[in-house]
Amino acid sequence: MAQHGRIAASSAFLAAAAAAFVLPDWMISLATIAFANGLVVLGLIVLWRAGLVSFGQALYYCIGAYAVALVGRWTGVSDAILLVLIGGASAGLVSFVVGFLLARYREIFFAMLSLALSMILYGVLVKTESLGSTDGFSVIVPTFFGYAPHQDGLLVALYWLVLAVCAIAAFLVDAYFRSVAGALAVPVRDNEIRVEFLGLSVSRLIHTKLVISGLLGGVGGALAALAVGHVDPNMSYWTTSGEFVFITILAGAGSVGAAFVGSLLFESVRSFAFAILPQLWQMLLGSVLLLTILFLPQGLGSLITHLRRRRRVEAP
Amino acid sequence: MSAPILSVRDLGKRFGSLIAARDITVSFPAQQTVGVIGSNGAGKTTFINMVTGHLRPTHGAIHFEERDITGLPSRTIKAMGISRSFQVAQIFPSLTAFDNICVAAAIGHAPKHFIGHVCTPLRSREAVAEAEILLDLFAIGRYRDTLAATLPQGVRKLLDIGMAVAGSPRLLLLDEPTSGISIEEKFDLMQVVMSALRSRRITVLFVEHDMEIVERFAERVLAFYDGTVIADGTPAATLADARVQALISGPKAKGAAGSVADV
Repeated sequence: MAQHGRIAASSAFLAAAAAAFVLPDWMISLATIAFANGLVVLGLIVLWRAGLVSFGQALYYCIGAYAVALVGRWTGVSDAILLVLIGGASAGLVSFVVGFLLARYREIFFAMLSLALSMILYGVLVKTESLGSTDGFSVIVPTFFGYAPHQDGLLVALYWLVLAVCAIAAFLVDAYFRSVAGALAVPVRDNEIRVEFLGLSVSRLIHTKLVISGLLGGVGGALAALAVGHVDPNMSYWTTSGEFVFITILAGAGSVGAAFVGSLLFESVRSFAFAILPQLWQMLLGSVLLLTILFLPQGLGSLITHLRRRRRVEAP
Repeated sequence: MSAPILSVRDLGKRFGSLIAARDITVSFPAQQTVGVIGSNGAGKTTFINMVTGHLRPTHGAIHFEERDITGLPSRTIKAMGISRSFQVAQIFPSLTAFDNICVAAAIGHAPKHFIGHVCTPLRSREAVAEAEILLDLFAIGRYRDTLAATLPQGVRKLLDIGMAVAGSPRLLLLDEPTSGISIEEKFDLMQVVMSALRSRRITVLFVEHDMEIVERFAERVLAFYDGTVIADGTPAATLADARVQALISGPKAKGAAGSVADV
């Protein structure tokens, strides 16, 4: 089974990489943003499995993005990979620190506290005129090991970078889900007392999940900043967090790949909705969410599980 | 006799003005099966909670295998080899019976440090093998792929104890293993549990209200009253004790104790 999954994931990755040669520019840039956001969603899934819903994931997204923008601005470093690492590390560090606080809370208190933290950052950024207040500021044009592509070349290079980072993240998170610490998500959600009496610290397990989701959020934000070429405080606003939660519901927490498929679907529906219903596009998005919750409560990922189960029933 | 596996000296616990446990001094040799009796509020569960680290004693000391474990956190105590089951089965309802035990076995087999938990797969060969063995040992193999939420009460209890046994503890505390089980099923359940634990050479302390079960399965009985131990000895001796009969078992168990004497 794991073998099948790996083959399917590798083929999907190669197909997505090859698509860069045939797709129009606007689709490549849409997919770049979608996959970068998919990393943030993957981080939410890590928490979601343990029964935690973060309404403040934009905090890490924004920190990753601003870290890239500020390092580029102050030091002139433009290497994309280095910048993404810096963005991820900054957000990971922040999630480690606030994790000491967040790991103690559950349910609505966890959701609201994470939301509050992201809104504090939003407030600070809006008031900081040296960082452009609400307008934000632009991000350095990235280079790749000294190679500095322009326009179309840059677009494709960033797309491939995002794909590569997503593939690595998906592989690592998948391995984490199979590990003792990762697989304990459902037990932690079900019965914390039992987990403690089996000999593990629940708050440390949750703290780990917070750091993983913070790292993923920061890397996603860093990639998005490079792709868009601009950062602004809205990246930390609660509606941004809400979008990530929206995509997580759409994708479901069942599989790692669903985070990226869900994110791509969300960006496509949004562009499509915006094109045909410029005044009412939010209504269309809302309807998609409603239909998902009604008919696919476990998200897109559950489609694959259903198919697999059906095949297993038919097989013997 | 070799050194005791567990020895407790002058143990006490106070919640504000309420004294939940006091002056408990008792020790247990390895591989003994000990029944603990006492009415509700007598301090039995408080005693278990202090030994397993769930409650910190107000005074006194607890030594396990000659190491002082007083006041250590429950997960450290568990890692040292003391495990427990619960009055109300503490299981993971959204996992199958197999996964419940596999989680417990995997934690037992993984290296005891944090990085080990991230780098060891949950379904390692050792964990899966131990989970299969435990399912058979506790006679719940046919519920292997059933979600724990839908299991009958007796199976939940066995699953709970099976999870406590995963990771090879040397001392196991069972808090009312037969509570919530019908009278007809109690003996069979205890038979399965006790033979499983004996085959693993585990020292057992079990809290029980049914005196017939205590007589049948315990080698030694501790009677709790008002936070302390009022009698300690063989089942026949403890159940024949005048204070135990007056305060705990009542006149009904008098006949039962007598019948054991007859045998």
